[in-house]
Amino acid sequence: MISIVLNGERREIAEGASVRDAALLLGAEPDARGVAVAVDGEVVPRSELETRTLSDGARVEVVVAIQGGS
Amino acid sequence: MSGAEGNGAAPGAGDAFELGGRSWGSRLIVGTGGFRSMEDLEQALVASGTEIVTVALRRVDPLASDSVIDVIDRLGLFVLPNTAGCYTARDAIRTAELAREAFETDWIKLEVIGDDRTLLPDAVELVAAAERLVADGFTVLPYTTDDPVLARRLEEVGCAAVMPLGSPIGSGAGIRNPYNLRIIVEQAQVPVICDAGIGTASDAALAMELGCSGVLLASAVSRAEEPELMARAMRAAVEAGYAARHAGRIPQRLHAQASTPEHGVPELG
Repeated sequence: MISIVLNGERREIAEGASVRDAALLLGAEPDARGVAVAVDGEVVPRSELETRTLSDGARVEVVVAIQGGS
Repeated sequence: MSGAEGNGAAPGAGDAFELGGRSWGSRLIVGTGGFRSMEDLEQALVASGTEIVTVALRRVDPLASDSVIDVIDRLGLFVLPNTAGCYTARDAIRTAELAREAFETDWIKLEVIGDDRTLLPDAVELVAAAERLVADGFTVLPYTTDDPVLARRLEEVGCAAVMPLGSPIGSGAGIRNPYNLRIIVEQAQVPVICDAGIGTASDAALAMELGCSGVLLASAVSRAEEPELMARAMRAAVEAGYAARHAGRIPQRLHAQASTPEHGVPELG
C-alpha cells in the first residue's frame, strides 16, 4: 500500500493504483461529464486517468461541477 | 459596441448575439448558484430563455445526489465553467484547465477575487490569468470591475468579452456607476456583459439600455421568492432594454415639451 492525499484526506491505496482508482475511492464517476482530476497540481487528461499510476505521497484532487456563478 | 451596430443591420430585439465566435439567441446568461432546489433551477432556466449557464468546480462530495450537469444537459444548454473562489492567477489557471478537462470546453468565465468581503476582482491577477489563458487557447470571459482602463487591458490581452460588475456579487445593488459602463461600452470592440449586482428587472434593462450586449446574473433570480417568475421578468427586461437601446430614445430635457400641437387651440372664454 501507498499513502496519498485524496481531496485533502490521507488515504491508503494499492501500489500501482491509477488516478482513476483514486477517484473511484471517493465514489466519484471519473468518466462522467463535469468531473476532472489533478495530481500534484497538474490536471490529468481523461485519456490518462487509467494509465497514470500514483506514487507515494501524491496529492489528488477530484472535482465535480456544482451550482455556481454570481 | 454591440455586433448589431457594427454590422450595419437594422437592430431589433431579435438580433443574434455574437459571443466567442458563436451566435446566440438569448442575451441573458444565468449563473446556477444559490437555487434552493434543482427543480427551482430547472424551472428558472427554462423561464429565462437562456442558452448559456455558469457552473463552478468543487471537490467531489460523495453525499451529493442531484447533479447540476444533469439539469443543464437535459435542457441542452451550453456550460460556461467559472473560476469562482480563486484568489490568484495560478489557481484560476489551474481551475480553468480542470474545467476544460471536465467539460471539453475552452470557454471560461474568469473570476480572480481580491478578498472575500467585497468579492471584487484582483485586477493584477486577473489580467495575468487572462493573458495566459488566452495564450493557451481559452475563450476568456473575465469578470471585472467597472474600470474602463482595466476593461481595455482585458480586451487587449485577447479576452472574448469584458464583463464589468454593476455592483458587488450578490449585492443586488444594481448599476452603481452607469457612466463607467457607458465608457466601457463606447470603447469596447468585444461584447460587454454586465456581470453581478443585478437585483431586479429594471437593473437588467438599464444595463442593456447603456449598451451592454448581455447580462449575466444569478442571485437576483435564484434567491428571489419566486425564481421562475423573476427569471421570466429578467428575460423580458433584457429584451426590452436591448430594443430600447436601438430604438433611439428621446433626449432628456429639464422642461416639458408638448406632444400635442399648440396651434389651433380654440378660444373658449
